[in-house]
Amino acid sequence: MTRSVWKGPFVDGYLLKKADKVRASGRHDIIKTWSRRSTILPQFVGLTFAVYNGHKFLPVSVTENMIGHKFGEFSPTRIFIQHGGVDKKSEESKEG
Amino acid sequence: MARIAGVNIPTGKPVWIALRYIYGVGPKRARDICNSLKISDAKRVNQLTEGEVLKIREFIDQNYKVEGDLRRDVAMNIKRLMDLGCYRGLRHRKGLPVRGQRTHTNARTRKGPARPIAGKKIAVKK
Repeated sequence: MTRSVWKGPFVDGYLLKKADKVRASGRHDIIKTWSRRSTILPQFVGLTFAVYNGHKFLPVSVTENMIGHKFGEFSPTRIFIQHGGVDKKSEESKEG
Repeated sequence: MARIAGVNIPTGKPVWIALRYIYGVGPKRARDICNSLKISDAKRVNQLTEGEVLKIREFIDQNYKVEGDLRRDVAMNIKRLMDLGCYRGLRHRKGLPVRGQRTHTNARTRKGPARPIAGKKIAVKK
């Protein structure tokens, strides 16, 4: 279910303030944030955020295409581990 | 033979069913087209007059995005997600379900036929 339009996009308030501050001061500051649930707004474009994924902060530089997505979408919380080829040695010892 | 919206040549079926062979026209749109052009349900494609075929073509051109254009749109949307590096894009890249379904079991539509795991013993039937 999509969010009702009349509510407007959800953003944690402090992010707006921080974005303004960084804009006002010298740029290139990375904004650390835990707010993965916040929508990316047009005024965030060009800024860099460090989005927490439960382990560390991953840098996300916001581009125009990202507007409307959430910060969390750009900071994966899981590590994908693939099944490697099984060791030949261990396999032989099992069967032997 | 009637060519509507490019390559589509639906058969001797009723018009409101034959139209669904066009990519981008389903039950709803097929009905809408027939209703607004006053084509009865009983009419089959081979009974359509030239004028009617033309009208259908025009109607689709004006109102709907269909076939190649639509396919390109969908592909572009997916490509956008993949280039963005967002979660949904990653799932598309890996060919896994995009909308949070489980992958422990199932998800065969996205993953394709099951691949055998190297070294796993095949169950012996008793």
